[in-house]
Amino acid sequence: MLSTLQPPRSLTLLPFRRLHGSKTIASLASSSPTLDASSVSPPQSQILTTRRSLLSGETTASEIAKSYLSRIRLTEPQLKCFLHVSENVLKEAQEIDQRISRGEEVGPLAGVVIGVKDNICTEGMPSTAASRILEHYRPPFDATAVKKIKEMGGIVVGKTNMDEFGMGSTTEASAFQVTANPWDLTRVPGGSSGGSAAAVAAKQCMVSLGSDTGGSVRQPASFCGVVGLKPTYGRVSRFGLMAYASSLDVIGCFGSTVADAGMLLHAVSGYDRFDSTSSKQDVPEFESQFLSMDSFESKPLKGLRVGLIRETLEEGVDSGVRSATQEAASHLEALGCLVTEVSLPSFSLGLPAYYVIASSESSSNLSRYDGVRYGNQVMADELNKLYDCSRGQGFGGEVKMRILMGTYALSAGYYDAYYKRAQQVRTLIRKDFKAALDHNDILISPAAPSAAYKIGEKKDDPLAMYAGDIMTVNVNLAGLPAIVRRSINQTN
Amino acid sequence: MSTTLFRTIQPNHFTLLTNALLRTRRTSCHISVRCQTSTTTQQSSSQQQQPRTSAPKNHGSNKLDEILKDYEAVIGIETHVQLSTSTKAFCSCPNSYGSHPNTSICPVCMGLPGALPVLSSKVVDFGVRLGLALNCSLSLKSKFDRKQYFYPDLPKGYQISQFDVPIASGGYVDVDIPLEFGGGHRRFGITRVHMEEDAGKLLHSDAGDYSQAMIVDLNRAGVPLLEIVSEPDIRSGVEAAEYGSEMQRIVRYLGVSNGNMQEGSLRCDVNISIRPIGQAEFGTKVEIKNLNAFSAMSRAIDYEITRQALLYNQAMSRAIDYEITRQALLYNQGQADQIVTETRLWDEGAQKTVTMRKKEGLADYRYFPEPDLPEVILTQEYVDCIRASLPELPEAKRRRYEAMGLGIQDVLFLANDVSVAEYFDEVIGKGADVKSAANWLMSDIAAYLKNEELSISDVKLTPQELAELIAAIKDETISGKIGKQITDPVEIEKMIMKVISESPKQLEQYRSGKTKLQGFFTGQVMKMSKGKANPALLNKILLEKLNAKD
Repeated sequence: MLSTLQPPRSLTLLPFRRLHGSKTIASLASSSPTLDASSVSPPQSQILTTRRSLLSGETTASEIAKSYLSRIRLTEPQLKCFLHVSENVLKEAQEIDQRISRGEEVGPLAGVVIGVKDNICTEGMPSTAASRILEHYRPPFDATAVKKIKEMGGIVVGKTNMDEFGMGSTTEASAFQVTANPWDLTRVPGGSSGGSAAAVAAKQCMVSLGSDTGGSVRQPASFCGVVGLKPTYGRVSRFGLMAYASSLDVIGCFGSTVADAGMLLHAVSGYDRFDSTSSKQDVPEFESQFLSMDSFESKPLKGLRVGLIRETLEEGVDSGVRSATQEAASHLEALGCLVTEVSLPSFSLGLPAYYVIASSESSSNLSRYDGVRYGNQVMADELNKLYDCSRGQGFGGEVKMRILMGTYALSAGYYDAYYKRAQQVRTLIRKDFKAALDHNDILISPAAPSAAYKIGEKKDDPLAMYAGDIMTVNVNLAGLPAIVRRSINQTN
Repeated sequence: MSTTLFRTIQPNHFTLLTNALLRTRRTSCHISVRCQTSTTTQQSSSQQQQPRTSAPKNHGSNKLDEILKDYEAVIGIETHVQLSTSTKAFCSCPNSYGSHPNTSICPVCMGLPGALPVLSSKVVDFGVRLGLALNCSLSLKSKFDRKQYFYPDLPKGYQISQFDVPIASGGYVDVDIPLEFGGGHRRFGITRVHMEEDAGKLLHSDAGDYSQAMIVDLNRAGVPLLEIVSEPDIRSGVEAAEYGSEMQRIVRYLGVSNGNMQEGSLRCDVNISIRPIGQAEFGTKVEIKNLNAFSAMSRAIDYEITRQALLYNQAMSRAIDYEITRQALLYNQGQADQIVTETRLWDEGAQKTVTMRKKEGLADYRYFPEPDLPEVILTQEYVDCIRASLPELPEAKRRRYEAMGLGIQDVLFLANDVSVAEYFDEVIGKGADVKSAANWLMSDIAAYLKNEELSISDVKLTPQELAELIAAIKDETISGKIGKQITDPVEIEKMIMKVISESPKQLEQYRSGKTKLQGFFTGQVMKMSKGKANPALLNKILLEKLNAKD
């Protein structure tokens, strides 16, 4: 794994509606090769494999857990994906084994080793959002997504590194450590869910949870060559996800196959009475819709209308990324899709609108970190000084910059010019997507304008780093779901 | 006269929790009022208080009246009503007053990372009820916003409130001014009613100074509030107090709050400015807090009107010294600078307002729509349903009682307390004579309740029984005197005079020093009244008569 492979380039798919019942996101995956080309029956899924081998007695949860823990021990010194590794992994695995041996039922995620991004609350386990201000903070409750995972038998192996509070695209903005890209240790894994993506790529865990506010699941999935799934806004409860930009934040899933990402999504989805922005729509069952590769005809995607977003292939996009996307489009055509170019006229407006909205909301969401009730408090003899020192020493540079930008944008006299205008752009973007999806079943684009950066490459150029989000932010503004997977020519 | 004012306007003696004062609230409402405040209130100001200016000491009340005549007051009131929902607004923590600090808290109201607010539908319910009761139009689509500022009692760093689209707006409230203040009917506009959450409280430990001993109690954080902002129609302290009392009555009638000022369930912040009559611009506004009872509110407002008027007047009198009217304005402006935008605190002990904090520029709360909560959508059907379930409100009750032929004093008394009004309605519902029922409630039952410190719900006499009693007395089946104690002073006096005139010897002995004989006279009168004479009244009148030098 710790090879010097070229970082894979990825492709975003934006599924909008379900296709004739049988064709799903996952069905696309089973037709594509993955890293695990050696593994057998389709659909390739570590979740399904684990379940099968546990129930058949082929292996035990303890054995699986041990192998992952030893892999973490082996690779973590170079990769630094985890901020915390759970002490309870083996104990939880043993409990599953005992249940199986007693003939009791186990949940669909039994024995599945799952990494959780550090901004998602885990009861009793440190949850810091990679920020000094929350160093050593252990929440008294599980995020709804984590609770569901645990109820289904999943084992939270640890907390993955990230850009502080999700603000960044390289995971270099973590207050604690820099995570390396498993494919090339001199490169970044992307961000902000870099730890979650890299951990799946390096097989430190089977699947992982991340969060995506402007591309924080998709871009690192692209940089690390794994599948990254950003669900529709509201599909997964945000309860327990430390808010960055509440109207954009979603919890997303990483897996090494589409099937795994889909099954993890299924596990954590659904209405939650603790999140009034969560959707009440039923969660469709993905697993029963998986089709075996053998059952495919030569053109399994016949009739699927695919829109290639023109604006994502214009200047500023690496030629390699452009050609990989074109090739992917041709491949989809070969599978029977009807590929046409579509235009989203508002596309370029998304980036500035995103940074105004996300910064504004974050300036408000991060106000609670004042050192009064939890987190690091710097003692001071005067109240304002307590705030100044606690926040001044607790937050990193990128976070401070976004708080300042957001505070500015929401200030009296600037609100209309920035926040309100950005919301109008958001409406426009939503409209354009709607129009494009009226004529297409899915839209495709690259996940990022370039492959993974070198560590340190963009550190002093925040604007260049922000520009790297151009492919992903529009989807968050529109609240749409999107999936990133490697394109065809990247298998070697 | 001034003492009357204080006594009658004082329905209850309460002390506001001082912690509530530490909170910042913005006010936007200005009221332009002609300051024809009744002389009584102005006198009270001058007699009881020394406004904190250089001028007031040498102003007699007459001079003060002269000054005040030339100014009009601009008053606005914001009322915060704590709702009596069983849970907090955005989490399921119990909404209970008086719990041990930090025992009624959860990740949501503590503002822990990752916690999200979920609106309790009861809050909307109560907001709609109050909005309708205040004759407001409702926003079928309203939203929540975040009001942002840092303070240790504000766990999230923002208060969830409603900014530009409140749930209700554009209403009014009708009040009757008590007779002793001139009487009459007044209508005050309601600018808006909006939903928001309360903040926690800071407790300062006894030992140590502020920074070392600051304790935050979050039991109150997230408790639902409705904020009512008045229109500029209030003229004086008396009117303001009556406005506040009516708010209290309405929330109690509706059952949305206990309206208890002592617990901070009803809090009034008053904005006040004055300007010379004829001036178009508003004067500089001063906010007064710590108005823990309506009487205090009335006094504080009158004090503040006087204080500001004197500042103006200082300029004016100088202007008169130098030239005449034309230059007055110039000086006015120069001196009026002393009125600065500030929040002043009503000091109950000293009977004056004192500076709490001066505002440096306008606070910017950086309001923006709360992304964690969906819009609040009301259907017309839902609104109609709540409208249909509204009880008869104080104003309707007063008009109904008035139409029954009751005097305004009776009307105000009966409608003041919803449980008294309900009791009265039940009694007359059983066919009792309206005037008799009112008399019974206002004299005998009220006196009994006061003495025994009971409320009407504790009374064993059922409305049915009272109605029968009234009917029996009316039919002369039993006499009113059997029915009740003799409290008519004239009647008692008659009996006393009779006893005294029949006992000249004892009277002489008494007057020569044998005061123990008072007991003899008391006994005689009691005998004559068959034990029905009110003892307190009897002794009072008896002493007067015995000691009278005729």
